[in-house]
Amino acid sequence: MSPRKSTSKIEGGQLDRGQHILRGIVLFLGALVFLFPFYYMIIGSLQKSPDPTVAGAFPNPANLTLDNYTAINSRVDLVQGLINSGIFTGGVIIGTVVFGVLVGYALAQLQWRGRGVTFALALLVQVVPFQLLMIPLYVLIARDYGLADNYLGMILPFAINSTAVIIFRQYFLQVPRELFDAARIDGAGELVLLWKIALPLVRPALLTVILLTFIGPWNEFLWPFLITKEASMQPLAVSLANYISTVAASAANPFGAVLAGACVLAGPAVLLFILFQKHFVATNIGSGVKG
Amino acid sequence: MSLVTKAPPAAGSAPAGARGGHQKGDRRRRALGKNPIGLLLSAPYLIFVLAVFAWPLVFAVWMSFHEYFFAAPGAQVDRPFVGFDNFREVLGDPDVIRSFGNVGIFLIINVPLTVVLSLVLASALNKAVRFRTFLRVGYFVPYITASVAVVGVWLFLFSGAGLVNQILGPLAPEPSWLINSQWAMPTIALFVTWKQLGFFILLYLAALQNVSQELYEAAATDGAGKVQSFFSVTIPGVRPATVLVLLLSTVTGANLFTEPYLLTGGGGPNGASTSPVLLMYQRGIEQGSPDVAAAIGVLLVIGVLIIAFIQRQVAGGDES
Repeated sequence: MSPRKSTSKIEGGQLDRGQHILRGIVLFLGALVFLFPFYYMIIGSLQKSPDPTVAGAFPNPANLTLDNYTAINSRVDLVQGLINSGIFTGGVIIGTVVFGVLVGYALAQLQWRGRGVTFALALLVQVVPFQLLMIPLYVLIARDYGLADNYLGMILPFAINSTAVIIFRQYFLQVPRELFDAARIDGAGELVLLWKIALPLVRPALLTVILLTFIGPWNEFLWPFLITKEASMQPLAVSLANYISTVAASAANPFGAVLAGACVLAGPAVLLFILFQKHFVATNIGSGVKG
Repeated sequence: MSLVTKAPPAAGSAPAGARGGHQKGDRRRRALGKNPIGLLLSAPYLIFVLAVFAWPLVFAVWMSFHEYFFAAPGAQVDRPFVGFDNFREVLGDPDVIRSFGNVGIFLIINVPLTVVLSLVLASALNKAVRFRTFLRVGYFVPYITASVAVVGVWLFLFSGAGLVNQILGPLAPEPSWLINSQWAMPTIALFVTWKQLGFFILLYLAALQNVSQELYEAAATDGAGKVQSFFSVTIPGVRPATVLVLLLSTVTGANLFTEPYLLTGGGGPNGASTSPVLLMYQRGIEQGSPDVAAAIGVLLVIGVLIIAFIQRQVAGGDES
């Protein structure tokens, strides 16, 4: 029995190394396939005339230009679009951080009637498809409250990110309860506890929540598309989509201009992700969705 | 939990007046819990959930049973109850039936592909030592980028004379992918799989941390190979995550809007890639029949619930 086992172990070791290398190569090639459209987006945005041939996938100095960026900027106000996207995203992040911290703390560290229901709601809300609420929300926000073409109307449906609430709760759960009890004996009020003790301890969660919250409104298309008709109020995703669906056909190099706009829209999100990708941790997101 | 019951009464939680009467405090504690301020801190979130989720949900169902149309704000208009009329109209509409069929095609391609690819890639990434940062960025970047931005590249890649057809040469479909009624929906399904995969890989990566290493060792001593232990240890170990991935990818599919709106120019060719949400937009807002759109939405929710229930039965729920 035992000699056979040992030989199989040696074989297994060699097999291991082979598998190891194979796995590395497959993963690496897969990642290249996943990244290729992004590379192609940049190349395409710099081409004078679109070159869809295989050779066109490599940069050709004779065919490079920044004209596409000026072309898209003359049709879509890129700066105004970025500002609108920024206000929309910033509003959502502020709402999520301020109110999310409060609920997260209450859910993790306080005993109150309705805590279980609130936690269940925060989980449930994440699987309610937002699109199904779009008609009533449109009627309520755009028609009844008159918040069409308004930043507040844009922000409202996303104002507090439920995944963020659950991540905050998860972080506050890790803070030992004795710490708070000791401070309470010293006579500190709940808001003081939250501000002086809890908040400094969950600072690492803040960055994760901000990154996670950022990608929602920054990339959101349907809701701002419904609620903004005025071009000067549209986030970049909406104005670029309108360009793609209506005016692209009339431009000299439509693909080049679309891809240039796409680079401007994708740039901030990709940059933030690459800079802070360590904070975009699996366990955080996992705990966020699983509870 | 025992710590909680032993903890001294929180000075900050009860107003100073309540401290005197012990019995009064007890009653208050039973009614509101030990720290009623928790409710106060959660109030903004609860109001938000009620206003943005609960009320619109009720409103949508109400709308689907009434004749609802847009009116000037404040105008008094009669919106009579019409029973199942909106549903009858929706179910008799071939466009609606077709859009549900399209989502069916989408889900058949997207859901299995997502589950298999994200689980395999996550377990490979979990063991990878080198280039971790590069690999993470590679697989997650599509997820964090706006659909609107990457749609531009896919239009370029899959256009008639695009790179994909250049590489395929004579194998390229005619007419090209996004304007071919056979291929439009599968191309969209592939796009969404690529776009969302990073998120599901993250979910599986988190789930894999909870699979006990001892189980792998036990499987190895029993002589199980890598592939065998993947099937006998990994797959059962991440079952709760699989249920979640199935559910979330189904919900994503039901929510399909941006991709058919932009990739196939509004659900073309000839409605071959129309999604129910796209129809909700067209019927509800462009054509001014929000009641019909709400009925489509209610049917869609029922459909998702049925699929989720079946998935739960097949894939098994939590350990319970």
